Amino acid sequence: MLSVAIFLPLLGAIALLLVKGFTERTARLFAIGASVVPLVVMVVAWVRYDGGAGFDLVESVPWIPTLGVGYKVGVDGVSLPLAAMTALLFLVCVAYPVDLRGKPRHYFAAFLFLEAASLGVFLALDLFLFYVFFDISLVGMYFLIAVWGHGDSQRSALKFFLYTLAGSLVMLLAILGLYLASDPRTFDMAELIRQQPLNGDGLRSGLVFLAFVVGFGVKTPIVPFHTWLPPAHVDAPGPASTVLAGVLLKMGTYGFVRILLSMMPETFQRFALPVAIVGVVSIVYGALVALGQSNIKRMIAYSSVNHMGYVILGVAAAAAGMGSDEDGARLALSGATLEMVAHGLITGALFLLAGSIWSRAETYEVDELGGLAGRAPAMTGAIGLAAFASLGLPGLAGFVAEFQIFAGTFAIYPVLAGIALLGIVITAALFLRMLQKAFLGYLPDRWLAWPDLTRTEVVALAPVLALVVVIGVAPSWVLDVIDTTASTLVNGP
Amino acid sequence: MGGMGGMDMPLGSVGPEIFLIIGAVVTLLYALFAPRRAQAGAAVLALLTLAVTAAGSAVMLQGAQELTFYDTYAADDVAVWAKLIILVVGAVTIGLSVEWFATDPRHGEYYALLLLSVLGAIVLAGAADLMGIILGLLLSSATGYVLAAFHRTSARSGEAAIKYYLLGALTNGALVYGAVLLFGLGATTTLVGLTGALPGADTTALVAGTALMVLGLAFKLGAVPAHAWVPDVADGAPAPVAAFLTVAPKVGALIAISRLVLALPEDQVGWRLLIAVLAAATMTLGNLAALWQDDVRRLLGWSAVSQSGYGLMAVVALGRSDLAIPSMLFFLVAYAVANLAAFGVVIELRGRADRNTYAGLATAQPLLALALVISFLSLVGVPPLAGFTAKLALFGAAIDAGYTWLAVLAVVNTVVSLAYYLRVVAPAYFSPLAAPVPVLGTWAKGVTLACAAAVVLLGLLAGPLLESFDVSELRPG
Repeated sequence: MLSVAIFLPLLGAIALLLVKGFTERTARLFAIGASVVPLVVMVVAWVRYDGGAGFDLVESVPWIPTLGVGYKVGVDGVSLPLAAMTALLFLVCVAYPVDLRGKPRHYFAAFLFLEAASLGVFLALDLFLFYVFFDISLVGMYFLIAVWGHGDSQRSALKFFLYTLAGSLVMLLAILGLYLASDPRTFDMAELIRQQPLNGDGLRSGLVFLAFVVGFGVKTPIVPFHTWLPPAHVDAPGPASTVLAGVLLKMGTYGFVRILLSMMPETFQRFALPVAIVGVVSIVYGALVALGQSNIKRMIAYSSVNHMGYVILGVAAAAAGMGSDEDGARLALSGATLEMVAHGLITGALFLLAGSIWSRAETYEVDELGGLAGRAPAMTGAIGLAAFASLGLPGLAGFVAEFQIFAGTFAIYPVLAGIALLGIVITAALFLRMLQKAFLGYLPDRWLAWPDLTRTEVVALAPVLALVVVIGVAPSWVLDVIDTTASTLVNGP
Repeated sequence: MGGMGGMDMPLGSVGPEIFLIIGAVVTLLYALFAPRRAQAGAAVLALLTLAVTAAGSAVMLQGAQELTFYDTYAADDVAVWAKLIILVVGAVTIGLSVEWFATDPRHGEYYALLLLSVLGAIVLAGAADLMGIILGLLLSSATGYVLAAFHRTSARSGEAAIKYYLLGALTNGALVYGAVLLFGLGATTTLVGLTGALPGADTTALVAGTALMVLGLAFKLGAVPAHAWVPDVADGAPAPVAAFLTVAPKVGALIAISRLVLALPEDQVGWRLLIAVLAAATMTLGNLAALWQDDVRRLLGWSAVSQSGYGLMAVVALGRSDLAIPSMLFFLVAYAVANLAAFGVVIELRGRADRNTYAGLATAQPLLALALVISFLSLVGVPPLAGFTAKLALFGAAIDAGYTWLAVLAVVNTVVSLAYYLRVVAPAYFSPLAAPVPVLGTWAKGVTLACAAAVVLLGLLAGPLLESFDVSELRPG
């Protein structure tokens, strides 16, 4: 069943490339249809998920037996919420209006291709397969930025591709290190979790761990590997930014949980403190740099660096607390996992709205905007809600996640948690400043005819923002699923 | 010891090679006597020859895995697979050549030469004897020079051939000197004999002999320090010849190097480190030189150099990793189809070289542009294309053999290589169409697209192929 979620969008992409008869409208409807299916699949998977230890809803076919490679997909409490969030975001992005530059078939094909790759990353239970999806997501995003972006989009796309390919190749070396240490040799994740081939304090374990951290760190991104992110975001079309921030960044943090925490927990425990410090640096640095931006997209991009820092801090705290402070560790880990979902929804919405601003004004500079609240109440409300969720207002999804991360981390790394709190304060300042500059004050004459959100935009944003509120008010239905796996993980192997 | 037809000279075990010679002679005779309008018939004869040879080779798979002809020639699966790869490369080259040479009144001879060049590469892959290596290498080289110069009135073609020839003469000479040294030390030319005789021989002479032989084989491989001909041939030789010469000899040379080093006493000759350094230098130099190339054909030439460096990683891992031989063969297959597809696009575009003239290719020729992207991404090693599985296996083999630094360097090079491949892809996809795009014909296009499809399929269906390569043993190892 899960395979349908991966291959249907892929088939849709191929169909869009091959059949020439599509108009913009029919291509969009076709793409929406093709991306509804994965969402339905993920909802059904959510209902059918049994919540036990290990993986559920597994589908497995041998692929390259001599190398120990299989096609194997399945879910657990960490991947299921991420995959569901991915399916939702893609549906919304496909539906969201954007300038297609007269190439609707190719645009939607690229999007569906990217959807297949992204779902594949979260559903894969084989490291080879994981890497395949991890890497082809770069190809899809490269074309989306280069063809449908603006500004110096080709350069940004190239930078994105080179940086993240470098990151994934470093990860590939680490995967090979893990693979070569396993006996019998396998890429099967469940088998590697059982074997724990490089779990300990040898030099080899340390190097493989470091390579994984660098590989995932580029994707996440953590400071100092983040420099590809802002240009890619700024020059990408709105929906592509949404997918980049909402989905692609999660592949890095997901790797921290899926591979480092599950397959080499003791090694992770040994290096938990440096990883946590890197997380805190990302938190504070991301927030400070975001504060200095006047470009809305750059601002959101750097706030993503800040938010991903919370995730890294939470995961590192979980690794440190494993076996000693299990309650704190479980709290930090489920908070980090929920933060991935919450950030996907919140920042996804913010980038879509930034895209809407661009389609109206061809600028992202807050200083050129102003007073839009009176002209565009719906847009102001939507951005306001997303911004408050992003800065961690109680009652919204971001708060639940960050509260858990901090609650868990305080028990384990009190000083680091204290420093990280600074990030929340700075983020609050930056989002309030953005709202004030762009939406309050005087309305410049050139924006007198600023149109509010269209019906399509409202319909597309509504489910995302609704989920932000629902998870904020009643998070237990998500947290219960996450906890099934989080509690197993922190109890150690 | 048996005589002619006895146990040690079973003609059947070189049946494919003999048939290839007969086919080449028949094709040549046909070309000599056929009228100009019927010269293309030679292509049909050559294709038939290749098909029969391939069928005759395929039945030898999973045979006795032994040396034959007084231990001078290997009949193991590696040799058979190499034969099959080289034969397919030859057939693809013919498919790419027919329209390219259609205006040449004497192109019938071309196919006979091509068959002999195929034979040279095949002999190189099977040789288990120093004389056999020399024979295969010289046959491959001599035909290669003429093929590179086949545009008789083109100064560039002539220049490429002369450069190829001069470097070839030097390095072929080195190979022969090296062989003489090893023969002098071991009193035999068979590799199996040398394996027993070389340990304890004078180390200086041993190292000198090895170095000279590796130099000669590096020429065929297009590896440092004998790589300089590759970009010139890629650029100046007839494009189908460039496609062939950057692939087929490489298959033979990589396997010949492997057989040679396995016969050396490792405690006296540190061949593993030597090959690792050559691999590192080759991949790095090839990539750096390709980085700012605006000429797509030269770019492909330098990329061919860098790919040789990746291929040598498998040699480094010989005897230390189970992945060495499967990764080598799979790499050769993956490299061959991707490189042929890339050159195929150039050929179908009538040899178009300036990367800026690729602007808007995706609009004018969407399938060709797609073939170009697929082949380039496979050469980079992006999954799920064939080149990815090849690189994964190569990296794994190198790490397994204790050469992690080489794998790390290969990763750095892979990232660098993405930059220059995208320098061609970007105008093709992101720039508007500047001028009409004249193309060559349906054969070249069909063969090119088939190669691109093979790049995808070999990546997705790598399982069975890797399984076949896994049982391969390398004689006389």
